[in-house]
Amino acid sequence: MTYVKPAFRHPEAAKNKLGYTRKEYEGALSTLCAGCGHDSISAAIVQGIFELSIPPHRVAKLSGIGCSSKTPTYFLGNSHGFNSVHGRMPSVATGAYLANKDLIYLGVSGDGDSASIGMGQFVHAIRRNLNMVYIVMNNGCYGLTKGQDSATADPGSINKSGHTNLFETIDMAGMALELGASFVARSFSGDKEQLIPLIKAAVSFPGFAFIDVISPCVTFNNNKGSTKSYDYVRDHLETVAELDFVPLAEEITSDIASGESGRITMHDGTYLQINKLALDWDPTDRISSLTKIHRSRMNQEVVTGLLYYEAERKNLHDILNTVDTPLNALEYYELCPGNSVLQTINAELR
Amino acid sequence: MITVSPVVYQALTCRQEMPAGVNRKIVVGTPAAIFFHHSKSLKNRNFRPKIFKINCLEPTNIKDPEYFHKVVDCQYACPAHTPVPEYIRLIAAERYSDAYMVNWESNVFPGILGRTCDRPCEPACRRGRVEKEPVAICRLKRVAADFKGEVVSRMPSAPETGNGKRIALVGAGPASLTVARDLAPLGYEIDLYDEQPLGGGMMRSQIPAFRLPEEVLNEEVGYVLGIGGISTHFKTYVHSLKDLLESGYDAVFVGTGAPRGKDLSGLPGRKEIQANIHIGIEWLANVAFNHVDKIGKKVLVLGGGNTAMDCCRTSRRLGGTDVKVVVRSPFDEMKASPWEIEDAQHEDIPFFNLHNPKAFVHENGKLRGMLFEKVAAQYDDQGKRSLVPTGEPDIFFEADDVIIAIGQENAFPWIEKDLGLEFDKWGMPLVDKITFGSTLPRVFFGGDAAFGPKNVITAVAQGHQAAVSIDLFCNGEDLYNRPDPLTNLVTQKMGIHEWSYDSTVVTDLRYKVPHASKSETLTNRKKEVELGFDDLLAFKEAQRCLNCDVQTVFTAERCIECDACADICPTSCITFTHNGEEEDLRGRLNAPAQLLSQDLYVSSPLATKRVMVKDENVCLHCGLCAERCPTAAWDMQRFLYNTAKAGTPCHV
Ligand SMILES: Cc1cc2nc3c(=O)[nH]c(=O)nc-3n(C[C@H](O)[C@H](O)[C@H](O)COP(=O)(O)OP(=O)(O)OC[C@H]3O[C@@H](n4cnc5c(N)ncnc54)[C@H](O)[C@@H]3O)c2cc1C
Ligand SMILES: Cc1ncc(C[n+]2csc(CCOP(=O)(O)OP(=O)(O)O)c2C)c(N)n1
Ligand code: SF4
Ligand code: SF4
Ligand code: SF4
Ligand SMILES: [Mg+2]
Repeated sequence: MTYVKPAFRHPEAAKNKLGYTRKEYEGALSTLCAGCGHDSISAAIVQGIFELSIPPHRVAKLSGIGCSSKTPTYFLGNSHGFNSVHGRMPSVATGAYLANKDLIYLGVSGDGDSASIGMGQFVHAIRRNLNMVYIVMNNGCYGLTKGQDSATADPGSINKSGHTNLFETIDMAGMALELGASFVARSFSGDKEQLIPLIKAAVSFPGFAFIDVISPCVTFNNNKGSTKSYDYVRDHLETVAELDFVPLAEEITSDIASGESGRITMHDGTYLQINKLALDWDPTDRISSLTKIHRSRMNQEVVTGLLYYEAERKNLHDILNTVDTPLNALEYYELCPGNSVLQTINAELR
Repeated sequence: MITVSPVVYQALTCRQEMPAGVNRKIVVGTPAAIFFHHSKSLKNRNFRPKIFKINCLEPTNIKDPEYFHKVVDCQYACPAHTPVPEYIRLIAAERYSDAYMVNWESNVFPGILGRTCDRPCEPACRRGRVEKEPVAICRLKRVAADFKGEVVSRMPSAPETGNGKRIALVGAGPASLTVARDLAPLGYEIDLYDEQPLGGGMMRSQIPAFRLPEEVLNEEVGYVLGIGGISTHFKTYVHSLKDLLESGYDAVFVGTGAPRGKDLSGLPGRKEIQANIHIGIEWLANVAFNHVDKIGKKVLVLGGGNTAMDCCRTSRRLGGTDVKVVVRSPFDEMKASPWEIEDAQHEDIPFFNLHNPKAFVHENGKLRGMLFEKVAAQYDDQGKRSLVPTGEPDIFFEADDVIIAIGQENAFPWIEKDLGLEFDKWGMPLVDKITFGSTLPRVFFGGDAAFGPKNVITAVAQGHQAAVSIDLFCNGEDLYNRPDPLTNLVTQKMGIHEWSYDSTVVTDLRYKVPHASKSETLTNRKKEVELGFDDLLAFKEAQRCLNCDVQTVFTAERCIECDACADICPTSCITFTHNGEEEDLRGRLNAPAQLLSQDLYVSSPLATKRVMVKDENVCLHCGLCAERCPTAAWDMQRFLYNTAKAGTPCHV
């Protein structure tokens, strides 16, 4: 059994703008089951942050409990991290984000962690529009506790022990849309060509960016009859659009016919090139996106891609109108200006 | 025509289910158009796709023994194809005698080669491509020889009754001795001729004792002669091939080497002066056989090859205090092995490069020194070098002695020209590169005599092949119907994540072999310079080997395309992608695959119609892909490859 990854890398391994190779973004060797979809998502995160040339110390990873929530140990080993209690990652993220708005927050959770015990936390993080990436590694079960059905399991889906799920499913992307999230995507751990640009776009997005990633649990939910297995997902994939994340000043001219393609410019000038494959859907129209999600579910298709995008929504700090300097960088006297200032404020309120 | 943008290309080839395999069709158009063309419901509106044909790579045939053989870079590069990682693991396990025998089977002279081999394996070693330096393969071989126990009982011996065939071997260098070793156990009656007093060829007469002690040479030549069935005829120069053929041999092997050293006969002053000007290889032989035991204080050695290195270092031991190596070529282009140059420099011998010898300077019939013209290297468009005078004043170096070590030539004065044995215009025999047969059916060549001066391991490898041919010939079989290599592929799986080889990849840099002190070595020409690794250093160095013979074997039917192997691979060897032409594929793998000598391992099409492509180049053989694979689609399997020797039945 190998516990430490060999130190050598490809001699011509690509370097990013900071001169780092992917190695600087890797974490410890995974202890998840071999073949777990979560490991692929970790690899996509490593690749995405590497390609964005983000210094690792600018990122804070946050998670709850579950196999999915263990993954921050396996990526971005040089970044900040907080492994919280079950379902409570959003609260920790809210606190951290309020204290230091300058970090890039990457929340990682599971379908159990977010759609059951942490549901109350999840919805409020959306409602408050924290500036963070929120990834749910969705395997339709509680992997860590040996594969019980989760709230995202589809009705009729059969788990490894042969049990058929009798309950309705929670569609987390649909729910995020409903709650007003301004960046909603779904992807599949086995499709990095889609997942990596989505992660890059989500990280660059200045508000709550939600990605529901279907991530097969090889050990407990990859059997025939499961709707979260590699085979089932591959057979039922429907992609709404090809997405390309185009960094600043690296514009590529594409010869794609107009009409089918769209461009979404981000606040910092980077943009997303969206090449639509589904014509019955408009990614900037919340209702159209919701309809698309519902229709795909009815047709037993797993719809993936960037489902909804809205640029102009205020995030938590904008809403609270906080100072530009992160709160944790303010001096004590700035945060607690003393009795005289308090008296002045009180006087204004009288 | 609509060109394909990368995005479209991906859209076409990954997202849409395209027919896979050889000559796959690629449809070109805008993604939306293609989507509609392929989607079930909206088939083909106004879109007429353009269709191109792409020659995709065929799945790799891992049943071909040469595929995995090539992955074991060191073994593949070794002319005798010694199973290097196999013996290195045995050394790490302190099984020195076993390690010795693995070597002995392949290269006959492990103790000699462990000190003197030209080591083509080391520049080829995979380790050298992932860090600074390759594994010290050669010096580990010496460890096996130094620390082995009793081995004679494991060696073959000649059968009581022979097979009735008689073979003559001319020359007793490594080539002939290898033929003897391979044929004697099969019952051949062998006559071994050499003009020297003992066997070993240039290993005895030219390679200096401070690099190769006589005891080591005697021991290993002794193992061969000890097999039995070999009659030695030393101090016997063979004057006539005709006579030999007429004395009824079933076959004759010519292993006479390249015995003639080049001179500078045309240079002014050369004719006038004979004393104190020496031909390198002759002078070394005279030293080896104790005919010469001193040299002047000021010595000039001409030439930049290994012979020059041996000459200058020997001079330092025989009284030369001011020894200079003077070479025409630039320093970086000298023929000598880097380690030989380093050792010479360590013995305070300076190099004067880009000096062209112009004249021997003499006074009253006595050598005074030499005049050199300074030249510069110029290269034409083809990279061909020419040396042009710089116009600077000539340089004079004083010298008591000059040693000319500028190359060797073949000479076959003893082979009659009317026997039907053909030579080319350079006086070299026409020798078949596979069978080592000449144009005279009964006569075979090998070693330096076959294709000019090379090295010991090449002589051994050619000796093996010539022995195979001689055996086939004596049995009336087709010389081109050669026996297959003996191969074996065995899983190393011991438990779910346990391997029976040490898969950990250490980061230790190459260990240096300790040397004896200069004060000791420069005063005694027989004192061996290198002391060899001790057991601890040997273990540490052995651990640097990446076990390239433990192959990554892929079973496409098992793969569920979870990406785990591609994600975990430290050196980004594995990619799942759509098939394509080799050049195209090499350009779009997870890491660039630009070393064309390293193969791509391509699977048959997977469920998504993609293929697994592994670039063998910098695989660490760490086994992580197999450990992380949920379905055991990857397995680590040890591949043993042994070149067939004489007597192996054809196509077992
Ligand atoms: C100075 C020097 C240093 C070298 N160092 C190395 C080294 O470190 N490592 C390495 O791998 N290689 C080295 N080589 C090269 C190596 O020695 C030869 O390539 C190798 O020995 C060739 O083997 P062979 O069997 O073809 O012939 P040889 O070793 O040359 O043996 C030929 C034998 O045939 C005998 N012979 C020739 N003609 C007749 C005849 N008519 N009748 C009877 N006997 C005859 C000769 O006496 C000789 O003993 C060195 C060579 C030189 C000159
Ligand atoms: C407060 C609390 N309740 C219950 C558990 C037991 N528990 C551990 S992980 C887990 C479910 C995790 O499921 P999910 O978030 O989908 O992660 P997965 O392992 O599937 O990736 C549960 C219920 C716990 N650790 N803490
Ligand atoms: S690492 Fe070991 S097996 Fe691989 S090429 Fe080098 S010596 Fe041979
Ligand atoms: S053994 Fe497997 S994981 Fe290790 S370097 Fe080779 S391909 Fe990569
Ligand atoms: S880990 Fe195994 S199953 Fe997964 S992609 Fe690699 S070979 Fe296929
Ligand atoms: Mg789960």
